[in-house]
Amino acid sequence: MNPGAQPITKTTCPYCGVGCGMLTDGARLRGDGDHPANAGRLCVKGSSVLDTLGEQGRLLHPRIGDRRVSWDRALDEVAGRFRRVIEDHGPEAVAFYVSGQLLTEDYYVANKLMKGFLGGANIDTNSRLCMSSAVAAHKRAFGEDVVPGCYQDLELADLVVLTGSNTAWAHPIVYQRLAAAKKRRPAMKVVVIDPRRTATCDLADLHLAIRPGQDVALFNGLLRWLHDHDALDRDYIDAHTRDFQAALDAAGDQPLAGLARRLGLPAADLDTFYQWFARTPRTVTLFSQGINQARNGTDQGNAIINAHLGTGRVGRPGAGPFSITGQPNAMGGREVGGLANQLAVHLDLEDAAHRAAVADFWDAPALPAEPGLMAVDLFQAVADGRVKAIWILATNPVDSMPEADRVRAALEACDTVVVSDCMADTDTLACADIALPALGWGEKDGTVTNSERCISRQPAFLPAPGEARPDWWALCRVAERLGYGAAFDYAGPADIFREYASMTGLARRFGKQLDLSAAGDLSDHQYQRWAPRAWPLDGGARCFGDGRFSTADGRARFVACAPPPAPDTNHRRPLLLNSGRLRDQWHTMTRTGRAPALFSHRDEPFVDMHPRRAAREGLEEGGFARVRGDVGEALARVRLDRGLGEDQLFMPMHWSDCFSGRARVDALVPAHTDPVSGQPAFKHTPVAVAPWRPAWHGVMLGAGAPPAVDYWARIPLDREMALDRYVLAGGAPVEPARFQDWLPAAAQWLTLDDPAAGHYRRAGLDGEGRLVAWLALAPTPPAVDVDWLAGAFREPLDVAGRARLLLGDGGQGGADRGAVICTCYQVREATLREAVAGGADSVAALGRCCRAGTNCGSCIPELKAFLA
Amino acid sequence: MTARRLVVVGNGMAARRLLEELLARAPRRYRITVVGDEPGAGYNRVMLSPLLAGATGEDAIVTHPAAWYRRHGIRLISGTPVTAIDRRRRQVRTGAGHRLAYDRLVLATGAAPRRLALPGADLDGVLSFRDLADTRRLQGLAPRALVVVGGGFLGLEAAEALLRRGHRVTLVHGHGHPLNQQLDASAGARLRADLEARGLRFVLNHRPAALESDGRGAVTAVRLDDGRRLPADAVIQAVGIEPRVALARQCGLALGRHGVRVDDTLQTFDPRVYAVGECVEHRGRTFGLVAPLYHQARVCAGHLAEQGLERYHFEGAATRLKIGGIDLLSAGDFLGGEGDQVITLDDPAGGYRRLVLRDHRLVGLVLYGDVADGPFYETLWREGRDLSALRLKLPFGEAACAPSRPAAAEEAAA
Repeated sequence: MNPGAQPITKTTCPYCGVGCGMLTDGARLRGDGDHPANAGRLCVKGSSVLDTLGEQGRLLHPRIGDRRVSWDRALDEVAGRFRRVIEDHGPEAVAFYVSGQLLTEDYYVANKLMKGFLGGANIDTNSRLCMSSAVAAHKRAFGEDVVPGCYQDLELADLVVLTGSNTAWAHPIVYQRLAAAKKRRPAMKVVVIDPRRTATCDLADLHLAIRPGQDVALFNGLLRWLHDHDALDRDYIDAHTRDFQAALDAAGDQPLAGLARRLGLPAADLDTFYQWFARTPRTVTLFSQGINQARNGTDQGNAIINAHLGTGRVGRPGAGPFSITGQPNAMGGREVGGLANQLAVHLDLEDAAHRAAVADFWDAPALPAEPGLMAVDLFQAVADGRVKAIWILATNPVDSMPEADRVRAALEACDTVVVSDCMADTDTLACADIALPALGWGEKDGTVTNSERCISRQPAFLPAPGEARPDWWALCRVAERLGYGAAFDYAGPADIFREYASMTGLARRFGKQLDLSAAGDLSDHQYQRWAPRAWPLDGGARCFGDGRFSTADGRARFVACAPPPAPDTNHRRPLLLNSGRLRDQWHTMTRTGRAPALFSHRDEPFVDMHPRRAAREGLEEGGFARVRGDVGEALARVRLDRGLGEDQLFMPMHWSDCFSGRARVDALVPAHTDPVSGQPAFKHTPVAVAPWRPAWHGVMLGAGAPPAVDYWARIPLDREMALDRYVLAGGAPVEPARFQDWLPAAAQWLTLDDPAAGHYRRAGLDGEGRLVAWLALAPTPPAVDVDWLAGAFREPLDVAGRARLLLGDGGQGGADRGAVICTCYQVREATLREAVAGGADSVAALGRCCRAGTNCGSCIPELKAFLA
Repeated sequence: MTARRLVVVGNGMAARRLLEELLARAPRRYRITVVGDEPGAGYNRVMLSPLLAGATGEDAIVTHPAAWYRRHGIRLISGTPVTAIDRRRRQVRTGAGHRLAYDRLVLATGAAPRRLALPGADLDGVLSFRDLADTRRLQGLAPRALVVVGGGFLGLEAAEALLRRGHRVTLVHGHGHPLNQQLDASAGARLRADLEARGLRFVLNHRPAALESDGRGAVTAVRLDDGRRLPADAVIQAVGIEPRVALARQCGLALGRHGVRVDDTLQTFDPRVYAVGECVEHRGRTFGLVAPLYHQARVCAGHLAEQGLERYHFEGAATRLKIGGIDLLSAGDFLGGEGDQVITLDDPAGGYRRLVLRDHRLVGLVLYGDVADGPFYETLWREGRDLSALRLKLPFGEAACAPSRPAAAEEAAA
């Protein structure tokens, strides 16, 4: 980095829960070598975060309805409406729905306002959708929501069990740390438990392709096996835990062979896993959404923790259960209490002593004694009209909630929907009555906590665009209007952080691990210069290593975990749809959707399935499948993947109505929740698939809105020009007269019309001969050189180029190069095939040939597939 | 074998190609006499338009100077017509009094511009554009208002050339678009717009009803069929050509509806007499473009050389034209009929193409502006092969239809 440019800012990545440190001068960005999470590494998403910045597409001004208003006017409106609802219907009729994308300071203020001053508990968060089962499991087992270990444990372990986690794609830097450790110590074993053969399996010594939803059976079986083979730590169980026998009884005693059949595993593999677990004291079990997002997600977490408690492997170097979070600040939100069933600072709503302490600390009038509504119930209450005003901050429930279409309908019918967002175009914002412009990453200022409890700063190094303001500021101004000004009179985020840090002293008083009270008197300057540190601030890197837990008696609890429910597939819905993240996308694409490079790995919504399943359903690679569930349906491309079971499907979670017509996977997911955590089961939706055979396929380039056709996918092409590529398909022949509804105005149109073949093309030019729109429709997908066409939007073509314009191929060979595999260096499939044909026989050799895989390394599992 | 006597009546492009073909096959078979009614040696009639436009000079269009005839031992009698043929005596008489005996006679009398069948068609200033003399006459016109009647190729060429000479030119054409024998309405509209942009004025869908006189025998205006009057200091009639068959008729050769009837060896009713070029009618068809003329000349020369195996049959050929620098190509049934499938590709500032398919075969096409893919399409059209597999690439021409580039690149790499 050029030291002469902008000053260098230390900040934290806005994506996953790994929480990597970054250095940036605003123009360039690299990993922070001093940050404990990543030691300088960044993944492809993080590396391209600067490409997602900029004012384009941002929400820049408050508005009420479609009318731009001043902040004062908007805040008056929010406060007025919330006051009226509370006066008429009580505090149960208002709600906040917040996000793991909020900073801890924003989160703290939202929680304080709702629970301390509005007097309700209806504040829930999208962390309900990703982490709440882990939270509940932690609380049941440890008496507190604490991840006992740290990332270093993954490197110190001799056995790492990855379950319900495609770590390679969802948490790439943790995966890379693990891969590097395994390279240094090849004796280290990695076991991946996942119904899918994912990119993470690249690292696995053993992959257990378990039947979906059977993790409790697997880990109950482990507990029983450890018991039967005398591999439990009886002393530890006796000294530090309770309820072991109940858990063991619940674990059943099915013989290994029968259990293996039930799990769909070879008995020898299951035996290998149990033996490795038994004989490896340094074992870490890392778990994520595959565990949490289930109807028995809390039990799944506890079944894992049971095995660790039974072997005394909790909070010790290289040993422990390790829940890895999805969002950059899911942990921070949990700390401050941003869940409907929590109070604040790891204290409980139902506990009168906790409530009294909190009310006293906040000098708050009345604290609710009952938990509020958890996300699924909350939106149901919005639909019922029990909740009449909701303020949604930094999240997109219209895409991310189960039964997402019902959520949309509920919001559309709700009297008052306030949405704070930094983007102008999200599916949720479309339902907003009042829209408030928020600051985004690089503009807002505060702290986040990652999966290993490490608190890092996200400072502002960019000016606020338009009238965007911090979320804490908007919340405080509404609090002020409601008469609580004194309690929300913060000068800035440092002020809020000090208050929060001091408040964690209450947690310590009640025997909790959460303790930042040492930071309660930081100066503003110290806050600004805060170096990443894990809580408890006065403790070590791990919790509970001494066998003392946060329960009243200091003992951990085994939890009796019932056998998992049978999958609810039936003859009408015979397949189980799994959902999850892709390597290069994030959530509902509101951020990653701004970086064209991040679409080069996967550009259209898709459904993965085994080739034999596809053949049976009459589907083929690249064709379309209708995926139907009980509550909704989707339309997506078919991808064949031998890594899936024949009765399983997989769809990415990312596509929203901003990027495709009918590909919101959560519109298919029924709102079945875990009874303890309230977390929805996103991973096991019973569905059926059927082929959809379009009459025509299309490609459109331009800067317009999506056309009203059966299938469309928007793929950003160039941010500067706001240029998108659309892939289109339609079931019925289309009249060319309709094209004008899809295309912008142009000075001149080049046309191709072959009506008998259903083949049409259009190229619109401006007065200077620059392309402004390009369209091709044909009975088969038109092959075009998109990069070449994009160039024609920038600069007018010469005569030779113009003659090739409708063909859509400048003759430079770009039309058939395949997908980009290495996003960092934009290396396409054809280049890799050529390199292999030219003798490259290793990942390193591919890197030397074409640089693929030499930056972030996220594509290395895929590079290996080219070498196979 | 003693050389036999060959007389060729006419010294146009068909005649000269026949001579070249014959000399190449049997240089000493005949003592050859050529009689041409135009003075001077052989020139390229196709170049008369550029000559008129001032883009070239008379010397440059001469292809066969007198020396060429001398070098090949050919007696050239130019500037005088053949006035009679006596087939019984096998003798030809010229206007200058020559009596030329023959063993074989070739009629290559060509065609004459059709004259307007209108009152006033014989007025001074009603001109044609066919030969060098016509061209010189047109070159001599002072800059004035001219009317060209006929929007076929010849009329457009004349109009465009005269426009370049600085005249105000109006073109009257009875059809809705110019060049309707070669272009569909879209291409015709493009041509009209492109020529209008250069200053040519069109009166379409109307015909002249009469030519008006100044009372001293000179034309002053064209009266249209709707009564409108177009002032005209000269009128150039370009309403087609007619085979010149007067000699053939005079000597009793069989005629068709338009031309001298020939069989597939280009022989007339009289086995000693052949005919080639624009004067012939072969299987009911007459000819105006150079490609079939040359084909006929080759076949006829083969028979004259007594190597006669080849038979003439009409080969559809694409019509390639260039009007004022605009390239055009037209072939086959470019309009298409019921059940035919039409592909159009249009760049309003570049090329236009229209492809007509019948049963997956290319049966007609128009290329306007950009004819680089002309040979490719013409081959597909002539071969008549099934194009189903190429359908989606077809409109984009040869480069797109060629085997895929990656395959080619792999071959190159190997």
